[in-house]
Amino acid sequence: MTTQTACETCPVHNVGNLTKLGVDLDKTDFVIALAGNPNTGKSTVFNALTGLRQHTGNWPGKTVTRAEGAFQYQDKRYKIVDLPGTYSLFSTSTDEEIARNFILFGQPDVTIIVVDATRLERNLNLVLQVLEITDRAIVCVNLVDEAERHRISIEDRLLSKKLGVPVILTAARQNRGIDQLLSAIHDVVTGAFVCQPYRIQGTSRSLERAIKELSDALVQRFPGLTNERWIALRLLDGDDQVVQAVQTGDLKSLSRVSNQQNSEVPA
Amino acid sequence: MTTSSAILSRANSLRWELGENVHDSVMESIYSDAAYIADAVVHTEKKNARFDWDRFLDRILTGRWTGFPIMLLLLTAVFWITIEGANVPSSMIADFLLDNGHPFLKSLATDVGLPWWLSGLLLDGIYLAAAWVVSVMLPPMAIFFPVFTLLEDFGYLPRVAFNLDSLFRKAGAHGKQALTMSMGYGCNAAGIVATRIIDSPRERLIAVITNNFALCNGRWPTQILIATVFIGALAPAGLAGLLSASAVVAVALFGIALTFLTSWFLSRTVLRGESSTFNLELPPYRPPQIWRTLYTSLIDRTIFVLWRAVVFAVPAGAVIWLLSNIQAGDIPVAAHIINALHPIGLLIGLNGVILLAYIIAIPANEIVIPTILMLTVLSAKMVGYGAGAGVIFELEDTSAYMSVFNAGGWTLLTAVNLMLFSLVHNPCSTTIYTIYKETGSVKWTLVSSLLPVAMGIVLCFFNAQIWRLFGWAV
Repeated sequence: MTTQTACETCPVHNVGNLTKLGVDLDKTDFVIALAGNPNTGKSTVFNALTGLRQHTGNWPGKTVTRAEGAFQYQDKRYKIVDLPGTYSLFSTSTDEEIARNFILFGQPDVTIIVVDATRLERNLNLVLQVLEITDRAIVCVNLVDEAERHRISIEDRLLSKKLGVPVILTAARQNRGIDQLLSAIHDVVTGAFVCQPYRIQGTSRSLERAIKELSDALVQRFPGLTNERWIALRLLDGDDQVVQAVQTGDLKSLSRVSNQQNSEVPA
Repeated sequence: MTTSSAILSRANSLRWELGENVHDSVMESIYSDAAYIADAVVHTEKKNARFDWDRFLDRILTGRWTGFPIMLLLLTAVFWITIEGANVPSSMIADFLLDNGHPFLKSLATDVGLPWWLSGLLLDGIYLAAAWVVSVMLPPMAIFFPVFTLLEDFGYLPRVAFNLDSLFRKAGAHGKQALTMSMGYGCNAAGIVATRIIDSPRERLIAVITNNFALCNGRWPTQILIATVFIGALAPAGLAGLLSASAVVAVALFGIALTFLTSWFLSRTVLRGESSTFNLELPPYRPPQIWRTLYTSLIDRTIFVLWRAVVFAVPAGAVIWLLSNIQAGDIPVAAHIINALHPIGLLIGLNGVILLAYIIAIPANEIVIPTILMLTVLSAKMVGYGAGAGVIFELEDTSAYMSVFNAGGWTLLTAVNLMLFSLVHNPCSTTIYTIYKETGSVKWTLVSSLLPVAMGIVLCFFNAQIWRLFGWAV
């Protein structure tokens, strides 16, 4: 291992610590999922981090498969998976199913949700759904350059406080904000930032009771489960794949207990 | 209550007890929460009456009266630029690889004492096939892809989808099929994968089956060459390029018409159903990143597609050379096959050479034209072109192509029908395999592969009969 000067290890020097590894996926320490609505610049963020040249295009539905790449940042190697853009995670089409299944069953160490700064309200629908599934997420508010042109400003700190996860403003096409994104990734996977994700409110009291009852039972059956509330919701909605995961016991692998074994989170 | 089945049955009974639509009420909460949060953190400065480019462009590009004419103009312009721009570099590459490179390698082979059959197979078969593909495909692709990618980067594709949406809906298909069709113009296999954005399996199958009617980049060179040689020759020199470009656009539009017709037919027979609604987001126009686009479209698309073409041209070149040089009785094997196919070919306004070329070219449409030229010279026993049996060669200008085609008994009907058949025939083997992987069904793979061939044969047959009826062709 090479010795680093104080300057190189300083968090301000972030981009200097980034090594783009392209498709070299060997021995990665953490897995990152890249989710978001179509046409918000996920592939551009992906390219900025990995140095790859995933084809980007200005139209929704460009990425329908998973693309994988890697980078190294502050001595940790990350695998990053570019998911198809989706408006929701209720898996009605194949591309939505690919995205949902990876966030749910792929157990990424952190999920970055890329949102369009000029269309924040609509994009938040997906963010809230992702935050129900996973408790380690980062919201990357991309295209802020476009928002500036339209005279839209976003209070990132307030948004972060409300959502309970880091919020980073970026303009990936100009490489703006990528360094802050990197240090946020680092903070979340090392536990320096503990996410307390926003959970959907305002559902009816009877529904809340049903959710509570089911999620308690789920935790009893699968100790260590972190997204029991969402699983309960999906069961009430009759989601076939989630029903199956409960039936076969696949859900067990989602619990935090087994999670800690395969990703070495430093104490 | 801790077994899995107990949890599931409890969930079932709770769903009945709740009596409300869980999905809808959760969605409602999500929407209201999102609105509440966004309201707190987003600040929009009041716009001073600045000119809104996005609105202005959308009004023109998706306008009721202006949308379609502009689409046609843009399409014609792209092809015109491609046809006019590709001429010079194409002949320069041919000059280097074929006129100079091939004789040089041949003499080198003689010097080191290679046996005639080995130098024939390697240089006259494999090398020439690969070199031909490079010189005929590289220039048009190096122009077409960047121009098309710039339009894509700018945000024009979703507007095309918007314009075509109501037509697709009327045909009983999904509006997003316009996007998968656009992907098909690059590569049908990519277009098939892109149909994943369509939710309903019924509409997705329609999109898969009809994707073949979007001319892929393996077929653009065929269209462009035949249009330049035959259609362009009908106009005075100054207008030849424009007329050729219009002919290519006409074929592409005919492909879109066939897409609608076939979708309409399928959605009323075997794939019956209502078309589903969807939201199509019109993204903001973005200034294209010109240098980046040029770089990625050259490296990722052009070189990628070219490499694929060369990989398929190599074995095809070997097959052509072998077929032309292995004698059965007193004539080569290729001649036997051509003679057998010829009557069928003539009946549908094509000929035996074209049919054999389409069989050899199943792995890649890119090699159709080289194969046709080579086989034509062989069967017409022309002297002075190429360098013997089974040699694929380059011709310097359009008049040289014309004399080869004349010797092969080609008429304007043959050219028009070849353009039609190139649009409507079976997908290449890569696409067929992709269809199988995506649908997982042998039945739909067969339908997608055989339906276009059948349609192409019927189409060419009727076209030939009409031409003969009016005495335009024999």
